[in-house]
Amino acid sequence: MQITSPAFKENARGALANPDLQKALGHVRLGFIDKRQKAVDALPEFDALRDSARAIKDHALAHLDLYLEAYEEKVKAAGGYVHWAPTAADARAVILEICRAAGARTVTKGKSMITEEIGLNAFLEKEGIRPVETDLGEYIIQLRGEHPSHIIAPAVHLTRDQVEADFRRAHDHLPVARDLSEPESLLAEARRVLRSQYFAADVGITGANFLVAETGSSVIVTNEGNGDLTQILPRVHVVVASIEKIVPTMEDMSQILRVLARSATGQDMSVYTTVSTGPRREGDPDGPEEYHVVLLDNGRSAMLGTEFQDMLRCIRCGACMNHCPVYHAVGGHAYGWVYPGPMGAVLTPSLIGVDKAGHLPNASTFCGRCEAVCPMHIPLPRMMRHWREREFSRGLNPAAQRYGLRAWAFFARRPRLYRLAVSLAIPVLSRLGRRRGRFRRLPLAGGWTRHRDLPAPESRTFLQQWRDRDAARQEARP
Amino acid sequence: MKQETPQKPRVGLFVTCLVDLFRPTVGFAAVKLVEEAGCEVEVPMAQTCCGQPAYNSGDREDAVAIARTTIETFEDYDYVVAPSGSCAGMLRKHYPALFKGDAWEARAAAFSARVHELTSFLVDVMGMERVSAAHVGSVTYHDSCSGLRELGIAAQPRRLLSSVEGLELREMKDADVCCGFGGTFCVKYSDISNKIVEEKAANIAASGAETLLAGDLGCLMNMAGKLQRQGNAVRVRHVAEVLAGMDDGPAIGEGGR
Ligand code: SF4
Repeated sequence: MQITSPAFKENARGALANPDLQKALGHVRLGFIDKRQKAVDALPEFDALRDSARAIKDHALAHLDLYLEAYEEKVKAAGGYVHWAPTAADARAVILEICRAAGARTVTKGKSMITEEIGLNAFLEKEGIRPVETDLGEYIIQLRGEHPSHIIAPAVHLTRDQVEADFRRAHDHLPVARDLSEPESLLAEARRVLRSQYFAADVGITGANFLVAETGSSVIVTNEGNGDLTQILPRVHVVVASIEKIVPTMEDMSQILRVLARSATGQDMSVYTTVSTGPRREGDPDGPEEYHVVLLDNGRSAMLGTEFQDMLRCIRCGACMNHCPVYHAVGGHAYGWVYPGPMGAVLTPSLIGVDKAGHLPNASTFCGRCEAVCPMHIPLPRMMRHWREREFSRGLNPAAQRYGLRAWAFFARRPRLYRLAVSLAIPVLSRLGRRRGRFRRLPLAGGWTRHRDLPAPESRTFLQQWRDRDAARQEARP
Repeated sequence: MKQETPQKPRVGLFVTCLVDLFRPTVGFAAVKLVEEAGCEVEVPMAQTCCGQPAYNSGDREDAVAIARTTIETFEDYDYVVAPSGSCAGMLRKHYPALFKGDAWEARAAAFSARVHELTSFLVDVMGMERVSAAHVGSVTYHDSCSGLRELGIAAQPRRLLSSVEGLELREMKDADVCCGFGGTFCVKYSDISNKIVEEKAANIAASGAETLLAGDLGCLMNMAGKLQRQGNAVRVRHVAEVLAGMDDGPAIGEGGR
């Protein structure tokens, strides 16, 4: 996937000027926030669950190597294969090898951000293998040749009309009278097309919400059941997951599940929670003949032990972006790579480099709503600030900004000099703005006055006036 | 004063750079309220800014230097009070983080524990239940982000406002959602900031209130600037102005001084 994060500002401007997108983004504001709040309010122990979810992940991360090895053992014992992929390229190569060995021409896919991260679809297509997305949102995105704009609702940037038009274009056998105005009818229509694909596919690829060390299981949650079909029907099932998905036990997994769906969609549980452990066993009614797990690192182990380690607790619920005013304004594509919103602003620089993703941690008001709703208590604003610190110390932010900041800090660090400067400047500015009380334009304040007036200083500074008042009081004393 | 009532708590007013430069009325209102709460107020001259512009831009060195000066200037007071949730949050929550593992760690922590945002100081620390002010008309209150989420300020200003004679509080939709100010964010990403403040302005207008109040001048200037650019006649004031009964002058961004 092409990285456009360096052009975040231009992306954002385009997004703000796109009426369809703006209309669709209205649904993010309406669709997620109230539902999450209701689900949270209905569960008195929600906050306690968050604490324990955090503790589980912190523990797993502190012993990541041990749990990964234990997991590998269990997968092998169940008859599956584990492939360690340090980089995206390694992961792609392994997956291709598996597909080739299976003689695959078509692969079905469950929803997976990791396969987005490694650019799997484009790669497979180039190698002559057809990937078929089976999640409705992903399916729509694939019809359009786009990428997801949200980690749990990939097509959230589209309006219903746009989606209907895409369906009519792709499913051109449909009578015009067929109703495609509701998600349910779209899903039914997609299912009809997908059914044959499930049987044609030689390989099914899914992500994983959790990897359970105790049992060697991978767990996915979906609302459409497409994940089940993707992993049960083809002959070969490939799980692609990043290393931080590991949790020690089934009990741990089910604890975190209790905060996941509530935070994501406001459901108590997702409709389907699918646990898969190895290939089909004797007597199993269904299941794949081969079971592979591709464990992707891709920069994550380098986050361990740094100020960004907490980010590895993320369970990809999407609550942070659902509550983010910046995401609401520009949507997910503006962020320019796979992961948008506050979690993307922290994770993306780790994965593709802060030199490319530098805008992302800066494009935040630090309103803190993301951290307030994050079920894993990830201190997102703090980590964005850490990125800003790294950028600043490496001199990556624009020169004008740096000089401006240093000049301001020069005074702010020297109270006497600062006092002198503002005592001269403020009264002048105040006098200039006396009549209207504000400025429509002011030299050097273009960033502010482009969109809003700048209130003029009321008078002399507070401290000037206070000093005079104090002096007068002293004099008045006997 | 000091000799007459030596047991009064001594409060150092951290006036905040924006109030100092743009809206001294808020400073005087804060002094009045803190005095009414039974404290003695002093305003040290050696204050500049809390350092957030540096801290939030990744310039830790300058942030630390500014924090040191602030701590030195204010650490002898019983309390440090700021008429801003964001600056009080910086002093109270982020200064300790700046000095973590540093020789100043304990000193910073001792200082930070005494810092309070104005309305929280009045209600939570001094137990103030009402003010003796009148304001005839409707107001709506915007919860600024840092105050709300770092310091838990939401009930305190509303509680004091409910005691203002003649005042009607009309809550707006999404009062707790960011106004798009974000310090340097509003200049660095002005288009996005504008989109967010437009949303806020619409909610303010829909509340039907005559006056918009909040506890942070940065947010207030942002919202006032947008409302005025749109030609909206809603008046904008810091909550302290109303609570102190010092709301007879021009509102933020209004002319005719
Ligand atoms: S950072 Fe937190 S809120 Fe955002 S997706 Fe991850 S777990 Fe969910």
